[in-house]
Amino acid sequence: MSFMRNNLRSLLLWEIVEGMALTFSYMFKKRVTINYPYEKGPLSPRFRGEHALRRYPNGEERCIACKLCEAICPAQAITIEAEPRDDGSRRTTRYDIDMTKCIYCGYCEEACPVDAIVEGPNFEFATESREELFYDKEKLLANGERWEREIAANLRADAPYR
Amino acid sequence: MPTLTINGQEITVDANTTVLQAAEELGIEIPRFCYHDRLSIAGNCRMCLVEMEKAPKPIASCAMPVGEGMVIRTNSPVAEKARKGAMEFLLINHPLDCPICDQGGECDLQDQAVAYGRNDSRFDEIKRAVKDKYLGPLIATTMTRCITCTRCVRFATEIAGVEELGATFRGEETEIGTYIEEALTSELSGNLVDVCPVGALTNQAYAFAARPWELNKTESIDVHDAVGCNIRIDCRGAEVLRVLPRLHEDVNEEWLSDRSRYAVDGLGLQRLDQPYVRVNGKLQPASWETAFAAIKARLDGLGEDAGGKIAAIAGDMADVEAMLALKELFIALGSTDIDCRQDGAKIGGKHRGGYLFNTSIAGIEDADALLLVGCNPRLEATLVNARIRKRWLAGGFPVAVIGGVGGPGADLTYKYDYLGAGPATLAEVVDGSHAFAKILADAERPMIIVGSGAVARDDGAAVLELARNVAEKTNMISPDWNGFNVLHRAASRVGGLDIGFLPGDGGRDVAGIVDAAGKGEIDLVWLLGADEIDMAGLGDAFVVYQGHHGDAGAHRADVILPGAAYTEKDATWVNTEGRVQLGRRAAYPPGDAREDWTILRAFSAIMEQPLPYDNLQQLRHHMVEVVPSMGLIDEVGPGEMGAFGVAGDVDGAAFESPIDDYYLANAICRASAVMADCSRLYSGTGTNSGSTGGATGTDG
Repeated sequence: MSFMRNNLRSLLLWEIVEGMALTFSYMFKKRVTINYPYEKGPLSPRFRGEHALRRYPNGEERCIACKLCEAICPAQAITIEAEPRDDGSRRTTRYDIDMTKCIYCGYCEEACPVDAIVEGPNFEFATESREELFYDKEKLLANGERWEREIAANLRADAPYR
Repeated sequence: MPTLTINGQEITVDANTTVLQAAEELGIEIPRFCYHDRLSIAGNCRMCLVEMEKAPKPIASCAMPVGEGMVIRTNSPVAEKARKGAMEFLLINHPLDCPICDQGGECDLQDQAVAYGRNDSRFDEIKRAVKDKYLGPLIATTMTRCITCTRCVRFATEIAGVEELGATFRGEETEIGTYIEEALTSELSGNLVDVCPVGALTNQAYAFAARPWELNKTESIDVHDAVGCNIRIDCRGAEVLRVLPRLHEDVNEEWLSDRSRYAVDGLGLQRLDQPYVRVNGKLQPASWETAFAAIKARLDGLGEDAGGKIAAIAGDMADVEAMLALKELFIALGSTDIDCRQDGAKIGGKHRGGYLFNTSIAGIEDADALLLVGCNPRLEATLVNARIRKRWLAGGFPVAVIGGVGGPGADLTYKYDYLGAGPATLAEVVDGSHAFAKILADAERPMIIVGSGAVARDDGAAVLELARNVAEKTNMISPDWNGFNVLHRAASRVGGLDIGFLPGDGGRDVAGIVDAAGKGEIDLVWLLGADEIDMAGLGDAFVVYQGHHGDAGAHRADVILPGAAYTEKDATWVNTEGRVQLGRRAAYPPGDAREDWTILRAFSAIMEQPLPYDNLQQLRHHMVEVVPSMGLIDEVGPGEMGAFGVAGDVDGAAFESPIDDYYLANAICRASAVMADCSRLYSGTGTNSGSTGGATGTDG
């Protein structure tokens, strides 16, 4: 009996029919793919993307050159040099992140006492050359300006859990 | 000898120790801020509270003398609670600015707050803020961070001997400062940064430059004076960021003079990083080959008796290895005109005791009378001066001065009798007609310190003879005590004298070399870091300058061979006591510069007179063979006495202080921006000593 049924199933390509039925059933279900890059999926506020250096609302840069991010960085991707600024405050003269070394662990953000270095929501920063991934202070501050709204919103959203 | 119990361990200690010291002997750590081994006890931070049985309250262990049968507990709940409370009070007014504080990472308060403090703060009120004080160009202040432990006040008063720091107001309002907002007038002021347990006083020159965890630390030797202070060089990459003192009880204890500490920015400026050759009157960058070829061409041009026409002078910071290589190179070339005494001091020779600080620096503490001849130890050897002050503070230590300090009013940080200005007074002490001769004769362990102001003059040998007579007449020299001391200013000097970097038979000394060069009798002068000679007097001689800074010597030079500064070579220096010490390389020399002995070794090969060593081990081995005392690392070698000095007439001229400007004494200092600031600030009197306000008319 089972011999008959198995032969009939293969003769009628029943498994194909079953598979196609499953396939066609998805025509009537909600889509799960998105049309990237025109559409994007949701990101957690804790998402660790491209780095940025933030400023205070009055335009003063937050980073005070404490070098804790440099110290904690497990990939040793961060290089900082500091000296007193003309007004006597402690500021960096150099803040480099080698994004090719970075492992996006987020420790720098954790270590920062003033929320200056953050990993923002941006993950689309592929470049054509390796050199473009050596970020300097200017680039990081520009990132901060560009992403400030999203970053601030993310930090606010995550603040109750920190 | 009371016996007490600390945490269940019994210990018997001297009656005058404190509970904290007894605990330290047992290896039990008690946290503290105001207590410091070398300062008087203040007992005001309360961090060292411990529980004592039968006492109603916890006791401050740093201020509590030990007693028979005491039972101390340092880790009981009572002690821990007391400590936690003391820490909480200290942190009430301490700002939370560790991220921008230079002390971060090496801060006693930070460490002890983690170890003994609470996890959180209960203080919701407003913190105190204090205006920053001005303490001069070397020390940055953030007085809000001050926990008023008064270590700085006690250091300035007791060790540095300048009563310029103090605490004003009371209680929470207490502020530490100079009150009149003037720069500290001490050559030891940098140590305030070290004694400060928090970030209130920090190193101005090192401000925000680096964190302690990024620095490579190298233990080395200082060469800014002849004391041979033990230092730690902190580098990041090739850059020397700061120098800190390293503990050596017999030399510098744990202090360092300002010049040694703050001149390091000069190591990165005005450096010679490639060879130069003078072409048509202008120095042009060259390769090592061209530079060597230029010297060889000149030497070859001198003909048969080239040896008589060349001379070498070693500067004040040269290491023993380089001097030995240079000496042997010049001997191979047939020259006897070599000298390491840039200032023209009439010392050296076979009796080592005749040019050493025989008493030893630590030995000053055993002396009971002192005569200073033609030297200003405060400027020439700041840490020797600190030791003299330490001995003077202990009492029963008459000090007398003959010349060299600039006048009877000069401030040496201790009281002294100004006997006179010149050799005439010294002669009076020799023949016993002077009152101080009796003090010396009555003393059990008297000492005399002869400075370069006394021997670096034409009649220097005769002055040295007089000084030796003082020593012999007043029984300064016995089998267990040697009170005869020569105080040098140059780190290279004793090493140079030990290996005999001196004119050979019929050779000329520095003055003779310069004179002969001016007359054209000497055609080639090799300067090994020698910048303090009369360059104009060299006439048309061909000058080879081997050194690390573009200073006077390099400006005059016809060929420049870039060498290594003291932080850039493994080398040996001998301090004024005759203590052989090894400096270690903290960074590599910049550019094409090389370690000095390797330059000489390479040049000897060019001259086809190769020196018999190819690496440092061979050179050191050879050095010990030639001068056995070089093998006694960190030991004060034997200083046998003898009939040194030359009897002769002395002229009546006063002993002059050999230091014009403490802050600009060598090529590294002259390249340093920090030292230039200091020099400008303290330039009223030329130095930091004497009348503090500069030319106020009180010093005449």
